[in-house]
Parts: sequence; C-alpha cells; structure tokens
Amino acid sequence: MLSMTNIPDQKSLSRQLAVAERRNKIKAFVLVVPLLLFVLASFVLPIASLVWLGGYNDTFSKALPETTRLLQQWDAKSPISEELAASFVTELRAAKLKDAAVPTRVATVINREQAGSLSKIKQVLTASDMASPFKEHLIALNDEWAKPDIWHAMKIVAPSFTPRFYLQALDHRITADGTIVSETDDNAIQILLFSRTLMVAAIVTLLCAILGFPIAYIMAHAETKTSNMMLIVVLLPFWTSLLVRTTAWIALLQQNGVINDLLVRIGLIDNDHRLVMMYNMFATLVAMTHVLLPFMILPLFSVMKSIKGNLTRAALSLGATPWTAFWKVYFPQTIPGLGAGCLLVFILAVGYYITPALVGGQSGQLISNIIAFHMQKTLNWSLASAIGTLLLIGVLLLYWLYNRLVGIDKMKLA
Amino acid sequence: MSDGFVRFENIQKTYDGKSLVVKSLNLSIGRGEFLTMLGPSGSGKTTTLMMLAGFESATGGEIYLDGIKINNIPPHKRGLGMVFQNYALFPHMTIAENVAFPLKVRGVSKADAEDKVRKALDMVQMSGLQSRKPAQLSGGQQQRIALARALVFEPKLLLMDEPLGALDKQLREHMQYEIKHLHDRLGITVVYVTHDQSEALTMSDRIAVFDDGRIQQLATPDELYEKPENSFVAQFIGENNKLRGVVKEISNGRARVEIGGNTIIDALPIQAEIGKPTIVSVRPERVEIEPSASEVTASGRIEEIIYLGDHIRIRMTVLGSSNFVVKVRNRSGRRTFTAGEEVRIGWALQDCRALDV
Repeated sequence: MLSMTNIPDQKSLSRQLAVAERRNKIKAFVLVVPLLLFVLASFVLPIASLVWLGGYNDTFSKALPETTRLLQQWDAKSPISEELAASFVTELRAAKLKDAAVPTRVATVINREQAGSLSKIKQVLTASDMASPFKEHLIALNDEWAKPDIWHAMKIVAPSFTPRFYLQALDHRITADGTIVSETDDNAIQILLFSRTLMVAAIVTLLCAILGFPIAYIMAHAETKTSNMMLIVVLLPFWTSLLVRTTAWIALLQQNGVINDLLVRIGLIDNDHRLVMMYNMFATLVAMTHVLLPFMILPLFSVMKSIKGNLTRAALSLGATPWTAFWKVYFPQTIPGLGAGCLLVFILAVGYYITPALVGGQSGQLISNIIAFHMQKTLNWSLASAIGTLLLIGVLLLYWLYNRLVGIDKMKLA
Repeated sequence: MSDGFVRFENIQKTYDGKSLVVKSLNLSIGRGEFLTMLGPSGSGKTTTLMMLAGFESATGGEIYLDGIKINNIPPHKRGLGMVFQNYALFPHMTIAENVAFPLKVRGVSKADAEDKVRKALDMVQMSGLQSRKPAQLSGGQQQRIALARALVFEPKLLLMDEPLGALDKQLREHMQYEIKHLHDRLGITVVYVTHDQSEALTMSDRIAVFDDGRIQQLATPDELYEKPENSFVAQFIGENNKLRGVVKEISNGRARVEIGGNTIIDALPIQAEIGKPTIVSVRPERVEIEPSASEVTASGRIEEIIYLGDHIRIRMTVLGSSNFVVKVRNRSGRRTFTAGEEVRIGWALQDCRALDV
C-alpha cells in the first residue's frame, strides 16, 4: 500500500539536502586545493605584485626617510634649505655604512629622472670633507647642486606610492610641482610600441584566420584517415621547440637564406638586390603567424567537425547558391570557433616575446620586448611592471569585449 | 499511373570505380505520385535520391525531371524541396527565418514571404512558434518545420530522406498519416526514402524495393505484399514463412515442390525452374489451422503460443521447418491450442509462391 505519511516538512527536507551535499562539497574542495594553491602561488600573487610594483617604489624613501619628508614639504620653486641638504648628505652616507649597494640603487633611481645624477651622487659619497654647511659643500663639490634640476628629480622619485611608472608607460611624466606632462617625441616610445603590438597582433590574427579557415574546413570534411594525418601535421610544430621553429625562419628568410637563394637561382631577383626579409616587421609577422596558426586551426576544426553535414545541402536544396549556403548557413556556425581562435591568437600575439626578439630586429620589436628590456637591462622593474599591468588590462578589456559580442559560453576550444 | 515526370534511365553510380552502388536503374515516377524507395542500408536507395537532388552525380545514364535532363544542373537550380534526416534546420536562425530562407534566396518580397511562411506553418500546424530557435523544439516539431520549409516555395518535387527516422514510434506513425494527408491535399510529387517497410506501406502509391543497387520490385503496397516477385521482397516486406524445396514439375500454372525429401506441395511458379531449388513463401496470416477446404494442406506440430492481444502467434514445425509461424485472429469462440499438439494446416494456392533461392 502507498502511504502519504512520513513526508518531512520543507525545512527539514532542505536541511537534509544540505547535509547530504556538504560531504560532496568538502570532497570537491579537497580535490582542487593543490591546484588552487599552485595557481595562487604562481599566478595570482605574481600578478598582484606586478600591479603593486608598478605603483610602489620605496628605494629612495626607505634609504632617505627624513629627506623624503623634507622634499615633500619643499615647494620645488624656492631654493633648497640647508636642512634638506644636510639630511640628504647624512642619510646617504649613513645608508652607505649600512649597505654599500643602497646609495648606488638610490642614485640609479634619481639618474633615471635626471641623467648625470649618478656621478654627482657618487662624488658626495666619496668626498672626504662633508660637514656643515652641507649646501655650500655640495655646491663646492659640483655646481650642479646649486641648480634645482637634481633636487626636482629627487622630489619626483621620493614618494613610495607614485603614478610615475604608469604615466611613463603611457609616455607621460610627472614634474616636481606635480603636474603631468606628455613626453617629448624623442622619448615617446611606449605608445608607439603598444600600438605596434596591437597592430601586429591584429595582422597575425587576421593572417591566421585567413590561412587557418580553409585548412580547418578541409580537415573537418576529409575522410578520417586524411584528417588525422592533417591534424598531426598541424600539431607537429607543437612538438618542436619554439626556438627551433623560430630559428628555422632565420635560415629561410635571411639574405643568404633558402628563399633568397632560390629566387636568385630562378632569376626572379638580382644577386645584388636580395630581399631583406629578416630582422624586421615582415619576419616578425611571418614567424608569429606560423607559430600561432595551430591555435586558430584547432578550435575551428573542432567546431566545424560538429556542424551537421547536411546543413549546407539543405541550404542548396532550398535554392541557395553555394556562396549563400556557405555565407548564410555554414559560416555563422563557425563563429564560436573562429571567435575562440581569434581571441586565443590575439592574446598570445599581444604578449609574444621570443619570436620578435629573435627575428624582429629594430622595427619588429613589440611591447613584451621592452618589458624584458626594462627587467633585464635597465633593472627598472617598476616600469616593466607598469607596462605589464597595462598590457594585462588591455587583454582583459578585449576578453570583456569578446564576451559582450560573441559570448564566452559560446567559445569552443577543442 | 506514370507519365514519367521523373525518369531515371540506365542510371549507374560508383564511388570507388570498382563496384557499382546503383546498377543500371530505370524508374519512372508519375506527376503527383508518392513513390517510396525502400531497402536495407547500402541498397542504393539514398544514393539514388541524392542523385535526383543533385548532391551526387550519376556515373552513367540520365535523369529527367519534367522532360528536362537534369544531370548537369546543380542542386540549387533544380527547385526541389528536400527534407533531411535529422531535420537539418539552421540552428542559428529562428523558425520563421528557417522557413523564409528559400523565399529569401529567391528574392521574394518581405510581405509575400511573411504571408507564405505563415501559411506554410499553418499547414503543418506549427503557427505561433515563429520566433523560437530550432533547439527549443521537440523532434516532431522540428520535423514539421523542416517540412514547411521544404514546401514553402512550392517545389515541383518533394524529396524525403528517412525524415521520421529519429522520432519515437508513436510520433512516427502519427507523422506518417500527416505526411500522407498533406500529399493528398497538395498533390505534390513525393519521392520518399526509408528502410521502414510499414512506413512505406502506409504512405506510398508505389514502392520501389531496393537491394544490391537494383530495384527488386516496383509495385503498389498491396501487390508488393501479396505478390512478391522474389524471396528478397517476400522477406523484406512483412513476415514470411519459408519452405525450402526442389521444383519437380510445373504444369497448369502450378509448381509441384518437393519439401523435406518426401512431401510434395503445390505453389504458384513465380521464379521456379524444374529441377532447381526454390523457396516457397506463405504469409503467416494466410495459413488456416484445421482448414475446412484448402487447396494446399500440410500437418504441423505446435511449438510455442504467444498471446498478442489482437492475434495469437503460433510457432510450429511444418515440413521440417521449425520456424513456421501462423497468426490466428483472436475472435470470440476461437479454438484453443496447446503446445505439442499436432494439427492440420492449409492455405490457398495463390498465397503460396515458389520463389528464387
């Protein structure tokens, strides 16, 4: 017999459900903990420190705290006070006694704002007779200390929290009196590099789409045997070192390379007029397109594979010309794959480093190369971080845009 | 019946250059006819339909539509409506856009198109779903939309490739009647491909039974069922009892067939030669148990009785064949049977056909 008793009320039912679910939730959480920690340590924290480093630099203020305070009080117009000069010299020399490397670091930071400051500060450190009145002594050491420029530079670098790196990443700088001015044309290099990077990424994405679409189409509609073979060929570059692939392009494109030799041999070009295809923008575009092509083909292939074969036939049977059938029926189905491929290639291209570094020469350098330059050569990590953060924001904006236009849920990667 | 609205003349098709998928096919389909191509998979029926639609090219022979040779006309210029397996609705378009598609590519004005779309959807009882996407509809609804889309531009000919294959049994039967009524109402010529014989029997004016790249028999449903011309057709359409034997004599329109080495029964000689083996075919419902007066009689032992509601299915051993099935109508006052019982059975001569092996 069926019985309607013993049915618990709604509340206890939901409590029972919660109890039953809790165990599964804990289990699921425990399973993802290792990955979570890994992501936290290797991804979230570095990015957070990147963003932080772009706006925070305490090299100066840590070594010369009193000077920092006095510089902030200074209006940048009146002559500097003896108090400021005294504090600067004593704190600098005190810092040297604690750690000899610190004053050099401080001097480097100042030097970035005002070239030539490094040697003057070193003079201060090595001078034997630095006593009150410090201002006179400084000027006696080098009459540059009488000019406001070096003090302005110090006022700019003194605050720990500063927008100057982000401003510099956007070709602007802050002056001693706090106004923001745009960089002179000679020094305005970041925006140029940003726009060049975006342009290269866009061209590479377009080239990948144009080259990848037909291949993905043929792969998706070939017999299994052929399509597997093609898939292996497409994936082959993935199994080869990126460095090898890139240097292979050097062998192909350089002036005494395979392509030039071939063109000379068949008489298309004169031996004295070999084409310059290496160490320029052209080489960057070619090599990057080659390296990133699989990232376009794979999502396209997987999406095309899932398109029902008889849709195009249905369109034809309904009177559509082959072009209309392709454009109105087939192509719209490939949008999720095309979108995913484009987003993937574009994001990878925007941050691409090794290929432009190797084949790009001067005109083929991208924003990532300038980040590496500041990380490794000038050791201006704050600027590198600021540029990196702006790049990250750009990519996130793009992602947001893609989500608005296509919808991230429609993205199919494989 | 057939004025040759669609004509296949000596059509051949090979995919690999070695074996023929369609072997010298000749078929003439009349205007307004509902013709079904029926056969197992790999029999060439779908290939034949695809050649008619223009998606496959014939490697030999000619196809005529309304007197015009269409071999070299691309599919989009043939003006045929087609309903595909799995519907083939365009997933990114709404129902209205799907149905309007053939009108749009033909440059029909928007107002006209809207009117026609509405009528087409009314016709398949699907009005009110215009703004939905195909994925939001059930299989049966999608099938109706596909039908509306194939008919909305008033094609000369409607091709259907196993259109009901993905539906469940009940819906399939319902749709069969609906398609048949639609055909009756519109008078359009339909070429329908299926492997489901009951579907073919239900809807068709004529059925072409395909096997091994050939038409085995082309006939109306009743003729096909009652007068199969070879054992493939007898096997493929409906249930069939097979008695293997050797033709001893043919005279007066009767073949005398020796079965099991010692019994001789009479059968209609359809494909029988003296001295050659033959299969005698009898439909289960044409066999009478304890017949009052039958032209052909035999004895059998009841092996198994299955109660099926409207009829009783009795499996018995007859002339050495243990798979001989008899269907007895379940009318009131019928005789009861028990397993192991020996009974006399009999059937009319015209229901008993000696066919090829």
